[in-house]
Amino acid sequence: MPYIPHTHRELQEMLTVVGVRGLDDLFADIAPSLRPKHFNLPRGRSEADVCAFFEDMAGKNGTDTISFLGAGFYAHDIPKAVDALSGRSEFYTAYTPYQAECSQGTLQAIFEFQTAISRLFEMDCANASVYDGGSAIFEAAMMAVRATRKHALVVDEGVNPVWRGMLRTYLAGLDIDVRIVPHANGTSNLTALTAAVDDSTAAVIVQNPNFFGAVADYTDVFANARARKALGVISVYPVMQAVLKTPGEMGADIAVAEGQSLGQPLNFGGPYLGLMACRKEHIRQLPGRIVGRADDRDGKTGYVLTLQAREQHIRRSKATSNICSNQALCALRALIYLSLLGPRGLTRLAEHNMALTRYAVERLTALGDVEPLNDVPYGSEVALRLPMPAEKFISALAKKGCVPGYPAGRHYAAMGNVLLLSCTEVNNRAQIDLLAEAAGGLL
Amino acid sequence: MNTIFAKSVPGRCSAVIDSDAPDAARMLPPNLLRARPPRLPECSELDVVRHFTNLSRQNFSVDANFYPLGSCTMKYNPKFLEYVAALPGFTRLHPLLARLGDSHAQGALRCLYETERLLCEITGMEAFSLQPMAGANGEFAGVSLIAAYHREVGRDRRILLIPDSAHGTNPASAALAGFEIANIESRDGMVDPRALAAAIAAHQGNVAGMMMTCPNTLGLMETHLPEIVKQLHDIDALLYYDGANMNAILGKMRVGDAGFDVVHLNLHKTFATPHGGGGPGSGPVGVNAHLLPFLPVPRVEKRDGLYLLNDDFPHSIGHIGPFYGSFGVAVKALAYILRLGGEGLARVAEYAALNANYLKKRLEDVLDIPFERICAHEFVASAPEGLHALDIAKALLDRGFHAPTIYFPLIVRECLMAEPTETESKETLDAYVEALREIIAQGRDDPHALGEAPLTLPARRFDETAAARHIRITEDME
Amino acid sequence: MPGAENIPADLLYSDTHEWLRIEGEEAVIGITGFAQDALGDITYVELPAVGDAFSIGQPFGSVESVKAASDLVAPANGTVVAVNDSLENSPELLNVSPYDEGWIARIALPGAPGGLMDAAAYEEFCAGEK
Repeated sequence: MPYIPHTHRELQEMLTVVGVRGLDDLFADIAPSLRPKHFNLPRGRSEADVCAFFEDMAGKNGTDTISFLGAGFYAHDIPKAVDALSGRSEFYTAYTPYQAECSQGTLQAIFEFQTAISRLFEMDCANASVYDGGSAIFEAAMMAVRATRKHALVVDEGVNPVWRGMLRTYLAGLDIDVRIVPHANGTSNLTALTAAVDDSTAAVIVQNPNFFGAVADYTDVFANARARKALGVISVYPVMQAVLKTPGEMGADIAVAEGQSLGQPLNFGGPYLGLMACRKEHIRQLPGRIVGRADDRDGKTGYVLTLQAREQHIRRSKATSNICSNQALCALRALIYLSLLGPRGLTRLAEHNMALTRYAVERLTALGDVEPLNDVPYGSEVALRLPMPAEKFISALAKKGCVPGYPAGRHYAAMGNVLLLSCTEVNNRAQIDLLAEAAGGLL
Repeated sequence: MNTIFAKSVPGRCSAVIDSDAPDAARMLPPNLLRARPPRLPECSELDVVRHFTNLSRQNFSVDANFYPLGSCTMKYNPKFLEYVAALPGFTRLHPLLARLGDSHAQGALRCLYETERLLCEITGMEAFSLQPMAGANGEFAGVSLIAAYHREVGRDRRILLIPDSAHGTNPASAALAGFEIANIESRDGMVDPRALAAAIAAHQGNVAGMMMTCPNTLGLMETHLPEIVKQLHDIDALLYYDGANMNAILGKMRVGDAGFDVVHLNLHKTFATPHGGGGPGSGPVGVNAHLLPFLPVPRVEKRDGLYLLNDDFPHSIGHIGPFYGSFGVAVKALAYILRLGGEGLARVAEYAALNANYLKKRLEDVLDIPFERICAHEFVASAPEGLHALDIAKALLDRGFHAPTIYFPLIVRECLMAEPTETESKETLDAYVEALREIIAQGRDDPHALGEAPLTLPARRFDETAAARHIRITEDME
Repeated sequence: MPGAENIPADLLYSDTHEWLRIEGEEAVIGITGFAQDALGDITYVELPAVGDAFSIGQPFGSVESVKAASDLVAPANGTVVAVNDSLENSPELLNVSPYDEGWIARIALPGAPGGLMDAAAYEEFCAGEK
């Protein structure tokens, strides 16, 4: 019996102690009328057999193509030490660190993670993470609603449409008004973001770089929000954050991110990692797990889950959120990743990817009919206007083993010819040359 | 132990890309750049490896310790699950690639499809969505489906009924979906149909549904289930199954057959995917036929032998997660189900119940057992008069056992809630009984000494009050 | 620390364990010894803001300990004219001096408050709560 250790003899001894004749007697409380109508599952298979099935399935995905696909989720090289360390079963087979004395490993790692994220964003504090970048935006919005006791959100259309879609789902049952501020040719309309904030606004939510890759400074947007007693919320790309003006420098109240790019594989969409950091004055509104430093009875420094009175096992329906876990293992991976790269490694990585993207822009625009969507600064992802529908361009190139990016027209009107192209260190100049060559044959 | 930041040495580095890229200042205008680099650790690879290896050794884990944490199902996580989930054909797959042509992700889509179909057969539900990213996220999805159902037929029902034994996430998730909560008091550890009838009458026409955990958090099967189902369905209210305790009923009861309308499962409990120190989990949501139109999109379908994503469900509640759920977790759950098969899954429930009942029986003369009847996969006990559950829990740590869940459910005095799971052997359970026996004896002798535990771990008990009054949640908050 | 005993005779009490001291057209409010004892070591007080208006029975703030959280429930209608800022950094004042240094807010009363207990009635009420 896989994973069940009982010998026949032990089974009999245990049944005798319990005082029943057979295992089925343990289910006497389930009335016959409630028993399964059927349970037609396949027979169990050997471990080797199951592994072979998955090897087969893993081989049926297009992971051997050259890809410039990003759109908020990025392929990065992950140092093998990240896998080796997060793969220690002392980490991955533990549970939420309720018993602090036997969970210092997990607790200290989360404390260090909170520190690393706070420093990367230059915010006062961070939580232990939430599910993903989308739930982080929703939770940030709810923090703002509670902190300001106001019920309207101003959201830049440049925020990733995947996350705006989630926000819609999560707000469906709540009486919260969302105003979308349209982008201006792929850039944030800063004037409109300022004008849209009024006395009913709880938060203004922006993304940097935005979905089109455009980089901006939201300092004035946040200052205006503050003057109206609204909070400034910004979603960032953590790798680019190594070089970009920080949420703290811009005066944001809450900074969030999809943390996938920090040491998590793309994994067909999950598990991912929601990063959340905020100014100190909003700490009690911060949802999810938070680890704090504490002294033990001998005066030794250690770590505990803290501020638990915000959470659902105490506050139940009045909790700050229903989130009762964090993405602990993903957070650990992000921390190890950041520790291995350090300030220099992360900065150089951002610069390397920006340089690659500039090379791709140079090569593609040299073809004549391709041009950048706008002339604003961009990071390692860029929006290009093609002389043909981006959908068509992508599927034609994909057939040749190169996925050139994502079609912006999927989510935005009048963007049918716009391609979102991202470069990371998994790409190189030779790949970009191939892309340009293949594109040249098509355009 | 010093933090990784304290071990940082300026100028030291390990993973720095070899690049001829110019500085950011030559690619972006200065007003868009940060003033100084992030203050991250500066370490060699060995510094990092040693730090995290030593940190890991300060943890209890299923691989090293018996971990009978009630309602958490800390069973053994087979090693081959890690292997299958780490296959590069999965880990390197961009989620949006499937949106650029179904042919790019046939293997991954098939894994999702098969997982959903198997979960349907296991639970008796009509359809599943793997999108919710954890148990509480699945709860939110489930109650959102209930809200969508009533909204669709033009009803504004505001109340969800929740038993007092429920997990705290139930009311929190319900509130998040805009519901008000009415508490149903338990009687003899179970939902009392009379209390339910009274609540339905008190909130006439306003009850949208009820959330139940079954077996409940006391480890007891709800013996009045058919009557509860009938009362709710008579007023077209929906019954929600919280899958926290699904390990208890695999192959013995299918919640769909029993009349539940919507269910969430915890793949990280029932289906052996590791808990990861608190996540990531996965909380698929399953529904009966009448809730099917509201499931999150996209849905995974199979047509003419091809697997595809379908967004065309106009009544859907929308996107609960960014893509298709915690794919890396779902793959492990699928591997576990395929490995065990139907017979193996039913055996899980049988041996989980055997281990729980054996442990309960052997502890009858050690702890106060409030419900003596046969339990499901877990049971509750109270610390003997004069002793505290907290002290017993800490003393267990000193003996190498993780503590059971303590002080939950709230309706049991000095509660210790233990779930041994099916993967533990008789000698482990016997050793745990002996440890508890010693602890109780010691506590009767010298309750003060028990209050000193633990003494053998990397840390002793913490001053949590001081930590909450003087908040230090990063290295920079002193 | 004061618990259910030593209930000051000159205050009025609500069944949600808040006290109220009338001073002309204003009143000072706080939580009782019984309430702080039940909560344990208080780690945080969420204070109302000056200018907040609330009516009897409404939550106007909350208190937290490590293991519990509890709403502060208005014992009377009123508008906040002052709050005890020192609770922000010293929430333990609620434990050590609930009727004095641990006062929470001063409110302007629109009229005489009703439905409150005197010390004797409250003492009896607490005995019934145990």
